[in-house]
Amino acid sequence: MTADLPEMRGRPGRVALTGSLRRNLVLQFLALAAVVAVALFFAVRVTADRAAEAAQDAVLGAATAALSEGLRAEDDGLDLDLPPTIFSMLSAMGEDRVFYRVDIGSRTVTGYDDLPLPTAPPQGALPVYYDGRYLDTPIRLAAVTRGMLVDGRQAQALFVLGQTRFGQRAIADSIARRAALLGIGFFLLAVPLSLLAARAILGPVGRVTEAVARRGPLDLRPVNQSVPRELGPLIGALNGFILRLRGAHARTETFITEAAHHIRTPLSTVRTEAEIALRQSQEEPTRARLRNVIRSVEESSRSAGQLLEHALVLYRTDRVERSSMDLAAVVAGLVESFRPTADLREIALRLGPDLPAAPVVGDRLMIETALRNILDNAIKYSAADGTVEIALTLCDGRAVVAVCDRGRGLGGAKLADLATRFRRGGNVTDVVGSGLGLTIVTEVAEASGGAFTLTPREGGGTCAVFSLPLR
Amino acid sequence: MRYLLVEDTADLARSVQDLLRLNGHGVDWAASLGEARDCLGAASYDLILLDISLPDGDGRRFLADLRRQGNATPVIMMTARSAVADRVDALDGGADDYLTKPFELAELEARARAVLRRRGGAAQTVRRYGDLIFDPLTATVTILGEARELRNRELRLFEILLEAPDRIFSKDQLCDRLFSFAESVTDNAIEVYVGRLRRKLDGSTARIETVRGLGYRLTGA
Repeated sequence: MTADLPEMRGRPGRVALTGSLRRNLVLQFLALAAVVAVALFFAVRVTADRAAEAAQDAVLGAATAALSEGLRAEDDGLDLDLPPTIFSMLSAMGEDRVFYRVDIGSRTVTGYDDLPLPTAPPQGALPVYYDGRYLDTPIRLAAVTRGMLVDGRQAQALFVLGQTRFGQRAIADSIARRAALLGIGFFLLAVPLSLLAARAILGPVGRVTEAVARRGPLDLRPVNQSVPRELGPLIGALNGFILRLRGAHARTETFITEAAHHIRTPLSTVRTEAEIALRQSQEEPTRARLRNVIRSVEESSRSAGQLLEHALVLYRTDRVERSSMDLAAVVAGLVESFRPTADLREIALRLGPDLPAAPVVGDRLMIETALRNILDNAIKYSAADGTVEIALTLCDGRAVVAVCDRGRGLGGAKLADLATRFRRGGNVTDVVGSGLGLTIVTEVAEASGGAFTLTPREGGGTCAVFSLPLR
Repeated sequence: MRYLLVEDTADLARSVQDLLRLNGHGVDWAASLGEARDCLGAASYDLILLDISLPDGDGRRFLADLRRQGNATPVIMMTARSAVADRVDALDGGADDYLTKPFELAELEARARAVLRRRGGAAQTVRRYGDLIFDPLTATVTILGEARELRNRELRLFEILLEAPDRIFSKDQLCDRLFSFAESVTDNAIEVYVGRLRRKLDGSTARIETVRGLGYRLTGA
């Protein structure tokens, strides 16, 4: 279980990123803008075509009416007087050519007799407009009829006026060019707008992400940021997950304490029973075996204790419960609690004369665990009658606890090696130990923003220095 | 000393009881907080050894109740759980000290002595042998009015010899009780402490005899 714990620590894993919401949003906005721009272009163009055609029709209609006015029946035949206003009217549309034809009955009396006729003859003076081709050129035509007396007989005269569409085309083209420019402009304007819109829409996602990322790895409160309705289910799922994580954490702590209880209680019985048997036995071989039993119990209870402590430290690293405390009081209390143990081996614990107040912030349980392991080591490796000196100083904004012994020293080993799990110094095979103590201390130092060093002491022994930033 | 042991694991309770009795202490055992209340109502104790988790409640709450009722009997909490977490809890809850299971009898006694010493010696523990007065709580022997302080191992060695004056204790037996099993000791380590204790007893009728090939004994009552 412990072996898996380091991998559980909160490093965000690699996430497979497929596509981008922002890019999709921008692309969709732009596609929409392109459709609107094209539609705009065609709408403007069709409207312009119609408007130009209507303008030409109006001119053509008026000109046709004027033309019909110009035909008079004289005694010697027909007289067509083309009023000049016709041409000035028609030239309003541009450099267009004009054709006309006047039919009476089914005979063309003047003009171009191959000019196309309307499919249905116009009724009276109201002009009929229609498209046609003449001399391989598309033209617009208007036709009116007028009843008149020709040679004393009533006859219907048909007036047809055609005009090429160059002018109309030119106006429509010019408007279409503007429509195209309008469409392109609209599209170009849509680019920054859609970027802004995408950012605004995705804003709440970013804010929630930031709020979750900014909190420490230990903060397991539910997210209570107000978010748009669509993000509600996501936040709900996230909060559900956080809740489950808290449950798992609580179960881990329960498991660790329960495991300790179930391992240590039977070990206590074994140890006490062995101690009684040793007291009562007179046979040296049996006594030697009993000593081995007690030694093994001690070793396994120590290993179990430190494995659980290690697990606890690893697990608490993820959710450091920060509280402020005076490191001086913590150190003094711990030293007091170790005094009877040290006394048993007549090792003096000398606590530096004046402990300055050292306010620090951290997980008291973890910090005590680290200091306990340091003191335990110093006492364990000191010879009987030795002295362990404990000092607390303030230096460069840090509270520094130094525990120095006159023990056997490090035997040339490096802290990096000794702090490896289950690695012990080469010079300690005769002392019970699990090889986890220094690992625990190093991990607590890392998790609390502190530092831990182990250096040979001048004149023999070791100095363990554990420091934490002052509040 | 008279102990009240509050522990629900019967096997463990029995052996701790036996071991404490071997060292000359009186021990009553309560398997639950209810039994502990009965015991406390019927007798007074020098020290209560209190387990944290008991079938009918939490030892820490029991201790808090005890203190509220004005019972000041020293309490050493025993924990089999996380040493540090329970230590903080136990000491905050009014315990005088705490022990992590499994513990060595010598450590329990040392802590009990330390607690009683801090409390100003609640119990009458002074013993006389020959012309000397021995007070294990203050770790002194008084000979002809002169108090001499004993160091920890001298004290424990003297206590062992005083359990059965005139009985011969082998070097091995003394070693086993004087040194932790976790440390390795040489055969003549015990001689150092016997030598030191002899110097402290200088001038008294009480003396430590070497019985060649067998061990040591205390004589001179």
